[in-house]
Amino acid sequence: MKIKTISRSSDSYVPVSNARESALPRNLNPELHPFERAREYTRALNATKLERVFAQPFVGTLGDGHRDGVYAFAKNFSSVNKVATASGDGIIKYWDITSRSETYSYKAHYGMCSGLIVTPNQKSMLSCGVDKTIKLWEISNDSDYNQNYNYTLNSDNSISNKGLLKTYLADFSLMSLDHHQSDDLFITAGLEINLWDINRNKPLSNLSWGADNITCVKFNKTETSIFASTGSDNSVILYDIRTNSPTQKIKTSMRNNSISWNPMEAYIFATANEDQNSYLWDMRYMDKSLNVFKGHVNAVMDIDFSPTGKEIVTGSYDKTLRIFDSNKGHSRDVYHTKRMQRIFITKFSMDSKYIFSGSDDGNIRIWRSHANERSGPKSSKKRSKEEYDEKLKERYADMPEIRRISRHRHLPGYIKTADHIKTEETQSLKRREDNRRNHSTPGSVPYIPERSKPVVGRVHKQ
Amino acid sequence: MSTRRVDFNSSVKGDQNGKKSHIPNKKRVKQIQQMEDDYEDALESAQKAEILLTEEQGFVEAEGMERTWKFKQDDIVKNVDISTAAKHFELKLKDYGPYTIDYSRNGRDLLIGGKKGHVASFDWRLGRLHTELHLGETVNAVKYLQNNQMFAVAQKKYVYIYDHEGTEIHKLSQHLDPTLLEFLPYHYLLVSAGKSGWIKYHDISTGEMVSQIRTKLGPTVSMRQNPWNAVIHAGHSNGQVTLWSPSMSTPLVKIQACNGPVRSLAVNRDGRYMAALGADKTLKIWDIRKFEELGSYRAPTQGNTVDISDTGLVSVGWGPHVTVWKDVFKFHQSDPYMSHLLPGSQVQTTRFVPFEDILGVGHNNGFSSLIIPGAGESNFDALEINPYETTKMRREGEVRMLMNKLKPDMISLDPNNIGTVDKRKPQERLNAREAAQREIEEKEKEEKSENFEQYIRPDSAPKDSALRKFKKKQRKNMITERSMRIEKAYEKENELRRQKEELENKIQQKKDELESAFDRFK
Repeated sequence: MKIKTISRSSDSYVPVSNARESALPRNLNPELHPFERAREYTRALNATKLERVFAQPFVGTLGDGHRDGVYAFAKNFSSVNKVATASGDGIIKYWDITSRSETYSYKAHYGMCSGLIVTPNQKSMLSCGVDKTIKLWEISNDSDYNQNYNYTLNSDNSISNKGLLKTYLADFSLMSLDHHQSDDLFITAGLEINLWDINRNKPLSNLSWGADNITCVKFNKTETSIFASTGSDNSVILYDIRTNSPTQKIKTSMRNNSISWNPMEAYIFATANEDQNSYLWDMRYMDKSLNVFKGHVNAVMDIDFSPTGKEIVTGSYDKTLRIFDSNKGHSRDVYHTKRMQRIFITKFSMDSKYIFSGSDDGNIRIWRSHANERSGPKSSKKRSKEEYDEKLKERYADMPEIRRISRHRHLPGYIKTADHIKTEETQSLKRREDNRRNHSTPGSVPYIPERSKPVVGRVHKQ
Repeated sequence: MSTRRVDFNSSVKGDQNGKKSHIPNKKRVKQIQQMEDDYEDALESAQKAEILLTEEQGFVEAEGMERTWKFKQDDIVKNVDISTAAKHFELKLKDYGPYTIDYSRNGRDLLIGGKKGHVASFDWRLGRLHTELHLGETVNAVKYLQNNQMFAVAQKKYVYIYDHEGTEIHKLSQHLDPTLLEFLPYHYLLVSAGKSGWIKYHDISTGEMVSQIRTKLGPTVSMRQNPWNAVIHAGHSNGQVTLWSPSMSTPLVKIQACNGPVRSLAVNRDGRYMAALGADKTLKIWDIRKFEELGSYRAPTQGNTVDISDTGLVSVGWGPHVTVWKDVFKFHQSDPYMSHLLPGSQVQTTRFVPFEDILGVGHNNGFSSLIIPGAGESNFDALEINPYETTKMRREGEVRMLMNKLKPDMISLDPNNIGTVDKRKPQERLNAREAAQREIEEKEKEEKSENFEQYIRPDSAPKDSALRKFKKKQRKNMITERSMRIEKAYEKENELRRQKEELENKIQQKKDELESAFDRFK
């Protein structure tokens, strides 16, 4: 008789002491894991529900905010925890995010401060206003909180209380300004577009091409000599400072309020449009937009790419923020609070984990870019659980119940009503167009793709 | 899996040949490719992980003139190691038998219930008693719930739930006259059946009755769950086995498994095979994917109980005997694998211990634990069921199981149905119940259109009857509405044929008696 039976030694499975982890042998035989699919689905469903339970996007506000509406915002591209804001009463503030308190506050302009930027050397801020001045302010990043950062740029370490360094005088009130990524150049926009050297008192050149008034200018941070502007004549114009001239111009059906360049793909940029949509453009092929971001029910006031270039945040006159995947048409999430007024500024933080919004009510709000995410150190167990849940959600995203739960958002009544009216309107327009098409010669009323609808005309500078 | 790959490959190859792929989006094609690669990697790594399985399966081999089924337990005990030998024991409990038994899911604890009211729960390896109860009432069935902390007892009138200390915590008065209990661990459903002919599903985590189904087939004689898809198999006194899901009021499948009452049932781990023990002294092996009978074994007397181990051994208890069969799902066996005699007793229940080479036998005189080499799954998965779990692990596992509790609606014949693509249009999609309803309606309509009356041809030779062909074509032993209609039509045809024959042979037919009653008006 040859015989053998299962005889496990409990020593190998039961830990010697409570402090030790016990051995966890695995057997991947599917027969030992019944209802694999159903259990996985249940887990995905639970993960989706928990995601919604923990979705608390609002983090807080910066200090006491401003007295007036916040209309300009500057990121510090070299520091995660510093930002600057400017308001309608001409006051600019430099903030420390970690403590949510202001480091500097200057009364910069009479009337509205319309543009603000932190210079790449981090030593100063540039602001412009409707009082026809551009001012250079001294700042320092030195505080208790940035001990881990690189000090080489601020080696003198003296705490600044001098404030104003320089004033430039323009001939007209200014709407926007932006600084070159590396050189000491900046551009201002108002009636004209001017290129300035930071060390000179007069502008270097005038790059205007047609528009009455320019509302926004933005340098490309990767392809550094290119910048774009939006104007009150519904135009988007691209310029090259190497040739010192504009290169091309498109006209859209309605005015664009803001521009953001994709930080990863130099030729891609997005514009926030007055027609309640935002558009993604490829500057090489401007005859149609790459993508249309729909969802807002009022003019989109500001748009910003996340540092990875994967996501876009838009702020609208309808008092909501929306976050889009840059290759999808509908928003991933929408944020709103009861007291937040019309939004003029939205920006991603430099680590893309937070979103700042500045609104008419003078507050600068901080939001999580993923509503259910929490910062702070996580154990490896928790991290792997989160990763697993993400994968599950992705896998079962199209199951009806999961889709319903993950897409559901509570929206204020006025948005719902406006959305309803908007749907009615678009449907009636569509109906009318269909009727026209049905009652005219075939081919005479062509189908126009949604992506080419905003483009009215396109000109190249010879 | 293979079909999926072939499908995808063809689309990609189509691209190389210059034809257009049916997936227009390049990004999507890449994503799908990535998914396929991940899938393949997972398969490969799962195969590689087999090296990590540490334990080996048990076996017993005969040498020379020996036969495995002639080995006595005493011989086996002498030849195995001490720790296994210690697992062979007997409990002599003459006063309260016969005993029905149940092991906890990890095989560590044993619950025995004597017909005359004796219930005991204990760690059988350490011999540590958790609780012992004398209920003073008939005990028909006992069942551990999600772990050894709670168990259900089907008593004379109701089902009761006790905790590990023996405190009665619930009386489930909705379960009347229960004789059979099952627990679906992933759905947290306690299922009872019995003399009332109802199958009742009770969610023990919320305390809600999920579903009550009338079988309409008289008292339920036997019941087991299919561990692969949580479908309940119920055996009835007319030899039928019906398959139930809580969301359906009609059985999913009816099988004519035996010719007499189905005394006991068992379904194997992967849900492919069913063993049914009939009162006609046969053990039938069924393939429940094809609904086909695979084999039939006869015993000298009626069997009482059947069970299938993780490795596919089938134990049958009949009279004082316990026989264990090996490989019955593969070939017809002439000899059993092992056998054991309990002199002067009657076997009531046999159950294999999960993850052990042990068979527990509850009988009239108590309980016996037999060593059956090769019965248990040697390599357990600690994240699924862990026989060596600590208290903390048990508690965490319980919470995890509760979090991942499956909905009762998810119980269907194909457990992997969920997450697959429904290719119908959205407006055509229905939930399971509506779909079943519609299916039944459609079937009825179809059957109505398939009028078997038209095939009745009493003038032709009986061999050429179309109905006879239909009848032959029917799957053996499957009772469907169609088969019943055919049967009816066939009988009618035979009757007509007989009448015709009688007429030809000039045999006087019986006159209608009503006719004579009207004679007086002539």
